[in-house]
Amino acid sequence: MKSSVIIFPGSNCDRDMDVALKKFGFENQMVWHNDAKIPKSNLIVLPGGFSYGDYLRCGSIAGKSRIIKSVIDFANSGGLVLGICNGFQILTETGLLPGILQQNKYLNFICKNVFVKIKNKENKYFKKIKKDILKLHIAHNEGNYFCSNDELKSIEDNGQIAVTYCDQEGKDDEKNNPNGALKNIAGIFNKNKNILGMMPHPERMIDPYLSGEDGSIFFENLIESL
Amino acid sequence: MVEVNEKIAIEHGLKSDEYKKICELLKRTPNITELGVFSAMWNEHCSYKSSRRHLKKLHTKGDQVIQGPGENAGVVDIEDDDAIVFKIESHNHPSFIEPYQGAATGVGGIMRDVFTMGARPIANLNSIHFGSPDHEKTRNLLRGVVKGIGGYGNCIGVPTIAGQTCFDESYNGNILVNAMTLGLVNKNKIFYSKAAGINKPVIYVGSKTGRDGIHGASMASAIFDDKIEEKKPTVQVGDPFTEKLLLEACLELMAGKSIISIQDMGAAGLTSSSIEMASKGDLGIEIDLTKVPCREENMTPYEIMLSESQERMLIVLEEGKENEAKKIFDKWNLDFAVIGKTTNSKNIELFFKNEKVAEIPIDFLAENAPMYDRKWAKAKLPKENKFSKDQFKSLKLSDCLKRILIDPNIADKEWIWDQYDHTVMGDTIQKPGGNAGVVRVHGTNKAVAASVDSSANYCHAHPLTGGKQVVCESWRNMISVGAKPIAITNCLNFGNPEKEKNMGEFVECVEGITEASKFLNYPVVSGNVSFYNETKDKGIKPTPSIGGIGLLSDYKKMMTMELKNEGNYLFVIGKTEGHLDQSIFARNILSEFNGPPPEVNLFNEKQNGNSILNLKNKNLIETCHDVSLGGILTALSKMCIKGSKGVKLFSLKGLVNKFEYFFGEDQGRYIIEIKPENLENVENMLKKDSIHFDKLGLVEGDKIILENDLKISIDHIKEGYKKWLKEYMVN
Repeated sequence: MKSSVIIFPGSNCDRDMDVALKKFGFENQMVWHNDAKIPKSNLIVLPGGFSYGDYLRCGSIAGKSRIIKSVIDFANSGGLVLGICNGFQILTETGLLPGILQQNKYLNFICKNVFVKIKNKENKYFKKIKKDILKLHIAHNEGNYFCSNDELKSIEDNGQIAVTYCDQEGKDDEKNNPNGALKNIAGIFNKNKNILGMMPHPERMIDPYLSGEDGSIFFENLIESL
Repeated sequence: MVEVNEKIAIEHGLKSDEYKKICELLKRTPNITELGVFSAMWNEHCSYKSSRRHLKKLHTKGDQVIQGPGENAGVVDIEDDDAIVFKIESHNHPSFIEPYQGAATGVGGIMRDVFTMGARPIANLNSIHFGSPDHEKTRNLLRGVVKGIGGYGNCIGVPTIAGQTCFDESYNGNILVNAMTLGLVNKNKIFYSKAAGINKPVIYVGSKTGRDGIHGASMASAIFDDKIEEKKPTVQVGDPFTEKLLLEACLELMAGKSIISIQDMGAAGLTSSSIEMASKGDLGIEIDLTKVPCREENMTPYEIMLSESQERMLIVLEEGKENEAKKIFDKWNLDFAVIGKTTNSKNIELFFKNEKVAEIPIDFLAENAPMYDRKWAKAKLPKENKFSKDQFKSLKLSDCLKRILIDPNIADKEWIWDQYDHTVMGDTIQKPGGNAGVVRVHGTNKAVAASVDSSANYCHAHPLTGGKQVVCESWRNMISVGAKPIAITNCLNFGNPEKEKNMGEFVECVEGITEASKFLNYPVVSGNVSFYNETKDKGIKPTPSIGGIGLLSDYKKMMTMELKNEGNYLFVIGKTEGHLDQSIFARNILSEFNGPPPEVNLFNEKQNGNSILNLKNKNLIETCHDVSLGGILTALSKMCIKGSKGVKLFSLKGLVNKFEYFFGEDQGRYIIEIKPENLENVENMLKKDSIHFDKLGLVEGDKIILENDLKISIDHIKEGYKKWLKEYMVN
């Protein structure tokens, strides 16, 4: 399985993602934002970080970068595109995913472990994951998901909510909402479920010596279902 | 052009006799650009004129040392071909004036010091000191500093793995922001700032030069008064995005062989970087200021030389490598300009619009910079307090513990470190809030531990003992995670060196640091001095911050501090004499602020630490935590809270009373957790090494219990401990 991680100036989780993908068997390649084309891939990953310094608005400049056209073409042809954290922000900026990511409700950067509930397993990202609740890690300043009422209705109707913030038991109420995200949304799909954007970083949870290992479950499933 | 005279020199922070010396050396009056250059190089911050002769005494050698003080950062060997580059630096003055930018650029500056040497930064730490929580400025300063540190470090993508936050009214008018960075480098590929060879191109890379931060270094060498707000323009503005690009571009260029020397433009910008490179190489340097990329129009040579705009580097390249290098910086969208060359004149020569605007022999600026032997007063060891039985009579252990756990200097700091990305780079195996931060050496079985410590109250009470103590505390932090202590970096924050008392505090703290680091083979390899932390005649308590690093050759053997399993035994390693003077208990409960700090016994310190490492290597210890501020019961409570487990304490056998035993701050102590099946083995080993230990209790239930004396639930103490800072910041 071939994967490509796009490096934008200011990306800083590109290496972590490369390490994770390779650990679980992907043949990964790094692609520079200014390249015209993406080499043949089964998966494209937009990593976390502060692309273009997140100036103007998080992900907005990356959303207009040279490589992005190829990402959009790939996604539109059904290819798997995964955006983590800043990658999620970029995906909303390109319009591949609905909604936006605002500054966290309490206006602080948050770096901590969270639980997320898998809301839809009818897709390649979560298909064979047995657990319903994963312990993952967030590290962001703008992860407060928001969209219009119409958009929300549409993403709910189409089963596009991928993961929501919750407690250990899966309760996804306001008390377990770290950043003020609408409906506790931590990640969403496009209609076809080939594009996933999420704030939590599975690549930081791939080893018992790190914050946890549930990220491993995510990548193991991903390579298996491709 | 402005006519230079003594008055103008004094406005530049020079003393009248220093100005006279400049005129004598030059045999003429300097022009304004030259005066600017002198003032930048001769201020306390750059010249170390008050501290130099004392810093020479520091213990800086050891087999593990690859590079000691005098470079951009220190370098130590961590086996195989790996080395760690690390340093701590202060950004106190700017952070008080503008907390966000002051702290942010402090982080940016120290990271540049590290990657300048070819190392990729792998961890950030910080030590921050604020005034009393009741002081009107404290809350906003704390918020701004934390946001600034996070804003910069998070964006670059380097984890902030540990730190220290203290509150004391002596910092009401002068907060301390000390930032530390560790970088990883192949020991055969370290880059230095010493230039070599003549007619080599001098290259400017990074951000453009603006008018920000002019006189930053002079500002950092002055005491504060009522007009401090007017100094805001001297604070630099940080751009972490550009720094991230600069980091990647520099490391890409360093992978090749074109760099002769490289130096970041930190304090005093282009002035100090160019002069340092030339001075170390015993060369001259010629710069055409017209070629410096400027952000603003009509900048004068004076402004260009003194700007402290951030994210800039100066490089001396091999001839003919300019195009190759330029390609890399173009790729990263960074400015790249050939601005001059090395010469054999041993002068710095500045040109602007085809005119020579300055010419100064380099040794006037570097070696011939003033050096003072300031008068200093030796501190006396204060008299011990004799506490009477009556003072303890009405006290209850549980009440005292609860009060201590919500002391601002003890209470949990999660509100702070939650705002720092501490997990990026995927190698953080011990997060903030433990004994020390630990990161793996990427792709190996090794890990590096790091922590920052200071003990201003001890240093204030007796600087010599305080200096020793803080090194020992750092050493203990390394031991507590199972790391072999390697070396330290020190950030020496003091008041006005022109006052005998302050100077004495400095001299004796340095002596204490030297003595302890020599005995423990824990050498100082880098650091910085920050004097003039004084506002309207009121100075800070002497605050040397010690950043220590240690090596774990197998990261799987790392120790943590949370209690692990019911039925395990707890031992206190090291002797408890019940020293209450200068303790949190004495301050908070007995309202006693005088007396000597706890005595430091270096021999015991070393023995106790080494035997813990020994036990760990034989897999006989489950948990370890050093006993510091707040004594045994405070340390134990933190272990209970982290592990969500209680402890049944054994009844006391010693001669000291229970308050002295549980809250005394004697040095050289640890609490360890041992499995029942290892008990005998551990006891035998400790006895064989003649290590003093007390059997403290058993891990059990969800309360801390001492028969007839104490019964307190972990949930209950956890609540207070966890919420103090969060509530303080919301109000």
